[in-house]
Amino acid sequence: MSVVEHANGSSEFVVDGRLETAWYERIPVAYWVVAALLLIMPAIASGFVLNQIFGWSFVLGMIALSLMFLGGYGGMVSLAQLTIAAVAGYMVAIFGVSSIDAVSLGWPWWVAVPLALIIAVLFGTAIGALAVRTEGIYTIMITLAIASAFFYFTRQNYVVFNGFSGFNGVFPPKLFGVDWRADIPFYYLSLFFATLAYLAVLYLSRAPFGLALQGVRDNPRRMAALGFNVNAHRVAAHAFAAFIAGIGGILLTWQSSQISPGTAGTGPVIDILVIAVIGGLGRPIGPFIGAIVYVVLKTFAIDILTSLGLSGDRFQLLVGISFLLIVFFSPDGLLGLWDKWRAGRGRDPLTGANTVEGS
Amino acid sequence: MSVTALSPGRSVSDRLEATGTSNALELRGVSKYFGALAALEDITLSVKPGERRAVLGSNGAGKTTLFNCITGDFLPSGGTVRFFGEDVTEFAAHERIRRGLRRTYQISLLFNGLSVLDNIYLACCGVSRNRFSFLRPRRNDALMATAEDLIRVVHLEDIRLRPVNELAYGQQRQLEIAMALSGAPRFILFDEPAAGLSPTERSELIEILTGLPGHMGYIIIEHDMDVALRVSEQVSMMHNGRIFKEGKPAEIEEDPEVQALYLGGGHD
Repeated sequence: MSVVEHANGSSEFVVDGRLETAWYERIPVAYWVVAALLLIMPAIASGFVLNQIFGWSFVLGMIALSLMFLGGYGGMVSLAQLTIAAVAGYMVAIFGVSSIDAVSLGWPWWVAVPLALIIAVLFGTAIGALAVRTEGIYTIMITLAIASAFFYFTRQNYVVFNGFSGFNGVFPPKLFGVDWRADIPFYYLSLFFATLAYLAVLYLSRAPFGLALQGVRDNPRRMAALGFNVNAHRVAAHAFAAFIAGIGGILLTWQSSQISPGTAGTGPVIDILVIAVIGGLGRPIGPFIGAIVYVVLKTFAIDILTSLGLSGDRFQLLVGISFLLIVFFSPDGLLGLWDKWRAGRGRDPLTGANTVEGS
Repeated sequence: MSVTALSPGRSVSDRLEATGTSNALELRGVSKYFGALAALEDITLSVKPGERRAVLGSNGAGKTTLFNCITGDFLPSGGTVRFFGEDVTEFAAHERIRRGLRRTYQISLLFNGLSVLDNIYLACCGVSRNRFSFLRPRRNDALMATAEDLIRVVHLEDIRLRPVNELAYGQQRQLEIAMALSGAPRFILFDEPAAGLSPTERSELIEILTGLPGHMGYIIIEHDMDVALRVSEQVSMMHNGRIFKEGKPAEIEEDPEVQALYLGGGHD
């Protein structure tokens, strides 16, 4: 491999006689702009926007990303991803420090957090092992049943889960002397893990495991005829998705400093699916777009509804109508609308033929 | 043809000595029922390593069901399937594939969203330990090199990066064959590989099949007698779920019973 420097400052690698551009040149300019905007956001936005809009969107986006990974790449729609996130959140509260001294063990964060993630992954793997025996609507039903069972179990169990009220006073560690729950530190903390999860899913989609998962989604019989253990692959995908959901669950618990059965009630569990579908299940960026739309709607619903002369507590109505409209006009979510708009922009208005290369 | 992707790991005689058998594939009394319908009845078949055999018969004779029972897509209702001496009757499909069995399908089952290269690479991963790898292939990846080799075997190098759904039908059939050749197979089942191909593509197919390494045996289901008899050394004739005649291509071609069946007559 050799490097060819061009007069305009760009460089290309010559591999086996073929020219390849450097990795940073293959990333579109728009991505760099978004990345720069996100990095300087604390200089522009208020603490409320950083924590309650962006921070919450990144965390919900991560949990929805775990659903997108299963649904978009694996063809398995699981409604238990928020439940897995809640398991991780509960474990951090139980093993670590919370205001409920009678239950919490008070172990240091560097023991509680890895342990919480391990248990969340084991829980997700067990759900996967059950769910892969079913397909389509039955996978949705079985994962919804698990989510509901977890909700009622945690509400009634006081010995381990502290019943209805759950745990409060669950704070992130003051690592490097920083209060990670404060607006700006939490913004960067959630942005860091959301970016990491996004890049991991993006990278994995072209690795043998990700390619095989997409093969399993498209044609499981063919995959078995290529030597793949289809069920083992599906279970492994559940384990990976549980890891992402687990990190999201811990951040969610730290952000609100509490975890209770209502965190993963039937409504919020379905909201994760709504977020993923609003954004689009086709690409890993979709869940984050869906999460921002969902959080903005939920946060400002009262203002919007009262300005329309409606009762402010009907914010779910607004979320529901938006969901219906998006799904009606684009089954692929907002990403699908974006793709349609781009394709339409490059189309000749008279002939309908594409005039933009690659559109 | 000398392609590294197709070279065997151990010699066939070594493997047979280890398993104490002289057959690559051995079916004893295999039957398959769908409710009251007998799709296969008491099939007994032995194929030697490196042997090329054609299975012929009219539509509904049970040929594809026979393949499905051999590969594990269906579990037989009765009888045993042995692969290089090992009883694989109860094995899942992927376990049989990992032992060196491959197949193609009557209707192309490809991954339409992926490129030609990705399809073959995936096929190579399936029979390697790399199938669970979380790491993208590097520039000098051995499996990727094997995939590139196989692309050349089926003459698809000019369209290696094209998505499969943009390929012509004949090219999709060639890709099916390349995927079946991945991971140094010991035995391949070709299900009507020439169906829908142009005369030129059929000639290419014959060239590919006859050019396979000598250790690589196969069974081919084919309605085109010309292709089937040119690429096989033995022929088994099927009718109503049973094998009723076996022999050399020339014997089968001359057989009045076979001629009657293929010309539309009945079989008693």
